[in-house]
Amino acid sequence: MHGQPRKSLKQEDESLLSAKAEKLRALQSQFFANHRNRIYTQEALDLSAKLLEGNPECYTAWNYRKLAVQHNLSRSDPNYVAYLFDQELKLVENALRKNYKSYGAWYHRKWVLSKGHSSIDNELRLLNGFQKADSRNFHAWNYRRFVTSLMKRSDEDELIYTEEVIGENFSNYSAWHNRSVLLSNLFKRKAEEFPLEEKVLQEYEHVRSAIFTDPADQSGWFYHLWLIDLTVKNYAPLLVSSWPSHGSSITLNGNNCIDGCGLSLLNSTLSDTRTLPVILYFNQAVEGVNLSTVTVKSEHLKEDLVWKPLITNNSSTAQVWGAYLNLGNMELEQSKTYSIEIAIGHSMGIVSSNGYQYGDPSQIAFKLCVQSACTKPVEEQGGKLTSWKDNNFQKIDHFEDSDSTVTADLHIPTTSYWCMKAIEEEITNFRELLSEDACKIGKLSLARLLTALDLSTHQHDKRKNHTEEVLKLYTDLVELDPTHSLYYKDEHSLVLLQQITSSRESLLPYCHYYKDATEANTSYVCLRLQNLSLSRMGSIENLLWVQMLDLSHNELRSIEGLEAMQLLSSLNLSHNKFGSFTALEPLRSLKSLKVLDISYNELGSHSIDTRRYLCSSPLANTEAFDWDRFEILCGSFSSTKFWEAFLIFESLNLTDLNVTGNAVADENFTSFIGKVLPTLKWLNSEELS
Amino acid sequence: MGDLAAEKHVRYILSVEKKKDSFESVVMEHLRMNGAYWGLTALDILGKLHVVDVDEVVSWIISCQHESGGFGGNVEHDPHILYTLSAVQVLALFNKLDVIDVDRVTGYIVSLQNEDGSFSGDIWGEVDTRFSYIAICCLSILRRLDRINVEKAVKYIISCKNMDGGFGCTPGGESHAGQIFCCVGALAITGSLDLIDKDLLGWWLCERQVKSGGLNGRPEKDPDVCYSWWVLSSLIMIDRVHWISKEKLIKFILDCQDTENGGISDRPDDAVDVFHTYFGVAGLSLLEYPGLKPIDPAYALPVDVVNQIFFSK
Ligand SMILES: [Zn+2]
Repeated sequence: MHGQPRKSLKQEDESLLSAKAEKLRALQSQFFANHRNRIYTQEALDLSAKLLEGNPECYTAWNYRKLAVQHNLSRSDPNYVAYLFDQELKLVENALRKNYKSYGAWYHRKWVLSKGHSSIDNELRLLNGFQKADSRNFHAWNYRRFVTSLMKRSDEDELIYTEEVIGENFSNYSAWHNRSVLLSNLFKRKAEEFPLEEKVLQEYEHVRSAIFTDPADQSGWFYHLWLIDLTVKNYAPLLVSSWPSHGSSITLNGNNCIDGCGLSLLNSTLSDTRTLPVILYFNQAVEGVNLSTVTVKSEHLKEDLVWKPLITNNSSTAQVWGAYLNLGNMELEQSKTYSIEIAIGHSMGIVSSNGYQYGDPSQIAFKLCVQSACTKPVEEQGGKLTSWKDNNFQKIDHFEDSDSTVTADLHIPTTSYWCMKAIEEEITNFRELLSEDACKIGKLSLARLLTALDLSTHQHDKRKNHTEEVLKLYTDLVELDPTHSLYYKDEHSLVLLQQITSSRESLLPYCHYYKDATEANTSYVCLRLQNLSLSRMGSIENLLWVQMLDLSHNELRSIEGLEAMQLLSSLNLSHNKFGSFTALEPLRSLKSLKVLDISYNELGSHSIDTRRYLCSSPLANTEAFDWDRFEILCGSFSSTKFWEAFLIFESLNLTDLNVTGNAVADENFTSFIGKVLPTLKWLNSEELS
Repeated sequence: MGDLAAEKHVRYILSVEKKKDSFESVVMEHLRMNGAYWGLTALDILGKLHVVDVDEVVSWIISCQHESGGFGGNVEHDPHILYTLSAVQVLALFNKLDVIDVDRVTGYIVSLQNEDGSFSGDIWGEVDTRFSYIAICCLSILRRLDRINVEKAVKYIISCKNMDGGFGCTPGGESHAGQIFCCVGALAITGSLDLIDKDLLGWWLCERQVKSGGLNGRPEKDPDVCYSWWVLSSLIMIDRVHWISKEKLIKFILDCQDTENGGISDRPDDAVDVFHTYFGVAGLSLLEYPGLKPIDPAYALPVDVVNQIFFSK
């Protein structure tokens, strides 16, 4: 099947082959007769051996050999037993010489050895032969791991073996891989004899020499990235950001609209539910966020908070957790200030998926102030159409001193000295490499190292960061390696968003007041990130405060992470590259979302949906489907056509939706969506009656 | 590069079926069930499944089923999970799942789950994450996923995750595109893709595209049409397929066609076979090549077949 040249056979070859085929078929039918009749004589065994030596892939024959061994074992003469197993090992060896990629043959050998009647002393010698012939054969490497563990050979000895293999030829990804497995084991089991930092520093040197010898050879690339990860990774879960943020004060108006001093919260969030979200954003997915691990101190809180993972599959771990304060129950009085303290991780229980406990017990304190009621009654939601036109927005010159809603204040853990040192040293080395050879892996590694450095020094000195240089490196890479240009564009987008959201000052140019044309008094803050060539969303941990977000005129295909933005009420995604409704899955968690513009995207233009399995659905066994409702809504339409739209929109309370400019948005669809969203007042900028 | 020689590929697939006595088909006869799946799915993607005699295929499939509920690769061959999935997939293709005793097939698969959550391929106990995928995919198609311990199955798959974000056959095994497809597919079907580092794995996968536009299965290996399926479907399931050049890959697959006699080979100018013909056609379907039925990246069946199973009462 592999590597056979395409040619038409000559007459004599053809007759030769058909004679061979006939012979093989005769052998097979004899074998099946023996198998059927459970004949395990030496003669029958010889026949099956002949068959396997000619065609090691004939798995039923290997099964037959095992049955034969079991059958013949009943003759308990020890010499015979040894002979019996020996015969099997020899057969496997012959079969492997015919085809060393045969799963059946390798497994038969494992099966024989695990019976414990054969010596394992010869196995490594045999393996060395196969590994010399093909140093990347993964069957042989798997078998090697099996045999060395059977022999109780130490990880240290195997580490030396990989060193030898790499020494002969560094271009051996399999050996680097095995090294990572062995080292991971040693770090876990022998932390004292095997100090991570010392070893990691040595490994940098080791893999660097591979990469620098031939930068185009991928053998060391992933290993190097793994080392960077080992260097900067925080194993213990930590809180990265929260909403409300520590030290903030939230102003509530009498009729329950909140106001962050000049940055009023759109009424919808509160007027509907009379609740206030509290969001905890961690550095990694955690479980165990609950009443005992997160405690709330407030005199007025009447009921316990219920923490929920902000993720839509049925997993119990999530990077972002949310709870809702029930304001209706709090009996808040006007012109008073209430303080609320949330303590996180003071008792054990918040755990990462690798089993690490929450690292640094922390606290968030914020204030709720109640002001006299608004002079005007809160207008009924959806009364007006939201317009995203430029003339409805007004630039903000500076934030008010008192304002604390817009935040960019991250909790960054301190990085140890050796980490910084290691990263800085690698940066120097890769700069040197690039001065000689402007290669792709050099630029990519440098970009990653600089990003790692910036992240770990974030709190010390914001001005000395390398963002501009990193952005330039990714721009270069788009040119240098056009095949993977969208990978670099995605990375570019992430770095750009990091830069924009890193501080209140950097956010300011993107913050605008939304001026409702008919209502001069109310102004909302909108974060406008349109026209930035963003192909990917990121830095959501800095955007938890956002209520109105304009991401239009970018190149977005997904909005992964947006589920954390629990305050979001209006979202503009028009003129992007969304290819399916499943890409909008994060919106399902946003109970406050009222306004959505998804016009001029690619909905309905793709036959293959790349978000199909990242969205919870019956396909992924994560969601039951409300058939009855769906059927009623679908009526005469083909029922499989709109399931994605149904899945996404069914749980939303939108009042204003725009889907124009998408292939999917025909008349059938508009009528369907009108039924799925009974709350809708505006569809495609037209008022529904 | 020409266009897809669809007509010729259809003729080629149908002709392979008739050459039962060639040396090649005798050597391959133990996996005829897989062959049936490859050939018939390719025909369906090409819109030509209706030329096949359904009853003949179905009764042959039934004749490969054993007492245990599992299917063999051919009549007389022992049951194995590898062929059980193919049998179920082909029956799903023809909307004929009602001809088998679903509980008996389910019982066979359930019996192969081990204490640690992994799956054996058959009673002889070889363990491999390929078998985890097969078990999960098969049970999900049969709507019986709740009969196994899914949590443990997922945990075992995650224990095979490597430093490069990929997956191996067993814990410690090297990442390989075929194996990655199995693990990503199993995690997709169990709604567990959040356990994958999509950016890390996505980078490894997108770097499988080499200069010629083809995809290889591991670093520093040659490209091969079959990886068009394994790498591509994995990239799609984690939404990172835009990280490779679709145009270049389409060109590579089309360059591997035998434009004279039909069929697709592993590399340009090699001998064609049904396996690579299927993977080439399925790859083109994933690349949204015009005129082909879309295929589902996780269940490896046409999207309409999958939707029929999951979106009807
Ligand atoms: Zn291949």
